[in-house]
Amino acid sequence: MNKTIAEKIFDSHFVDNPSDDIHVIRIDAVFCHEITTPGAITDLAARHKDRVFDPSRIKAVIDHVSPAKDSKTALQGKILRDWTKKHGIKDFFDIGQNGVCHAIFPEKGFVRPGYTIIMGDSHTCTHGAFGAFAAGVGTTDLEVGILKGVCAFHYPVTIKINITGKLGKGVCAKDVILSIIGKIGVNGATDRVIEFTGPVVDEMSMDARMTLCNMAVEAGSTCGICSPDTKTVDYLWDFIKDEYPSKQDALQAFQKFTPDPDAKYEKIIEHDVTSLEPQITFGYKPDHVKNARELSGIKVDQVYIGSCTNGRLEDLRMAAEIIKGKKIAKHLRCIVSPATPKVYMDALEEGIIKTFMEAGVCITNPTCGACLGMSNGVLAEGEICLSTTNRNFNGRMGKGGMVHLASPATAAATAIAGYITQN
Amino acid sequence: MKNFNGKVLFLDRSDINTDEIIPAEYLTEIDKGTLKPHLLESLMLDSFSHISDINGKSIIITRTNFGCGSSREHAPWALEVNGINMVIGESFARIFKQNMFNCGMMAVELSSETIDGLFEQFAGSDTFLETDLDKNILIIKNGKDKNKIPFSISDFNRALVKAGGWVEYADSKY
Ligand code: SF4
Repeated sequence: MNKTIAEKIFDSHFVDNPSDDIHVIRIDAVFCHEITTPGAITDLAARHKDRVFDPSRIKAVIDHVSPAKDSKTALQGKILRDWTKKHGIKDFFDIGQNGVCHAIFPEKGFVRPGYTIIMGDSHTCTHGAFGAFAAGVGTTDLEVGILKGVCAFHYPVTIKINITGKLGKGVCAKDVILSIIGKIGVNGATDRVIEFTGPVVDEMSMDARMTLCNMAVEAGSTCGICSPDTKTVDYLWDFIKDEYPSKQDALQAFQKFTPDPDAKYEKIIEHDVTSLEPQITFGYKPDHVKNARELSGIKVDQVYIGSCTNGRLEDLRMAAEIIKGKKIAKHLRCIVSPATPKVYMDALEEGIIKTFMEAGVCITNPTCGACLGMSNGVLAEGEICLSTTNRNFNGRMGKGGMVHLASPATAAATAIAGYITQN
Repeated sequence: MKNFNGKVLFLDRSDINTDEIIPAEYLTEIDKGTLKPHLLESLMLDSFSHISDINGKSIIITRTNFGCGSSREHAPWALEVNGINMVIGESFARIFKQNMFNCGMMAVELSSETIDGLFEQFAGSDTFLETDLDKNILIIKNGKDKNKIPFSISDFNRALVKAGGWVEYADSKY
């Protein structure tokens, strides 16, 4: 035995090894969005290969720019829409039913422990929270995934990060992953899978585990993975209850994809979070991380709460608790993008949206929006944004804009104060 | 299979990144052809003109770490639509290299001594290169000199090149 989760998944999906370290594996689900998929669609057509391997295993969404902001983004959406129609791809989420890909696909039950998933999007690693191997790929790999349902990877080498201790009040999964990236660096896990284990991960909700796995790629990792457990089963139960007689049976089936006790890791990193404080980035790389209080007092122009990292219900709840009954600072704008329509509806029912609106927050429809600086909150040159997203690259949210990454709690506290502060 | 013979463009610099190869502002383009006039538009290299220097060239010879930075596959595409199917250098960024072979193109690594030698002997002259993929030999020549240089690529990458890229390879095999 002695296998890691990724090794078990690779071995159960083996198709071919065309050269020693390369494994071609069968792909269970190919996810598509409107920015990277149209290039694959038009190339397949140009090669007279306008086919799909299995329409039921392809899921598509318009999420990056929604609704379209100009003719080019409208065309990208149209190509995706027309293609799903032509090939009978039923799981397509158009404007109105759409949300951020890495939030809506798990929510619809499209991810299962042991699955292999690819998408032309680097944060596909988010779905590893369910014990799946999920990786972002280039356009040609996406194209082959669509056509044949296979993809080639280096056989996985895994780093285990054992997260121990107890999280303090107001400290959450975002702070944990920022502290890990700060420790191992943006190249710390390049071409490696990260297995997140330990009591802190066991305690985390599925929303929190998704936040954790989402930023694995910011350390260069192909995929971050959590072991499937009862929380995984509870989250998925509505979608799988016809497949298993009981939750216990489902758990047993999923536990095929837990690591063996003697699994071989390239490295094991112990990460104690007992005295961890809220974290924040200060530079243009996600490993430029400090304690948030070290940046306190910096005046902020915009606070953004949303994205595939922190746009889920738990994130919005965390922010609303802090904002409730208060007003956001006068000189600042705060934008909240619920990641999916369900998150939006649940937030409405819980009164979270009302809390935000009474405080003067702008609520957008579910979309990636400002996260990649294409719409819904692009920064002006010289502006500073505290954001719950995952990339602080130079110009990411608008040319000449500065982005500080932090948790929804730090974002909410900052929105009230007007300058960087922790809750 | 693509063509790996033709005139050589020498780019005497290391760490040429994918933003220099094709700037981010062209990423919303769907048709690869629209990338054509913008190849190497932002290259920081003295006396290089992307308009006149690229014209008619089929192969690039450069230094180390070509294709670093963003993973965009638009970089190989911008080369491809300009008829450049092969880049020869001392080393490449990992994703760029795989993207090249995925597109049925070649990224060939040679030792630093060999690259130095090629720059000394051929840069600045009208240089032509031929690839013998079966014998693993590059034949490089100008008016007065002719060199034969052995090279190696992995079996998987060779299969991708022969098949014309990962799409064709996978479609015929799986
Ligand atoms: S929310 Fe941001 S990081 Fe996530 S998929 Fe959208 S653009 Fe990418």
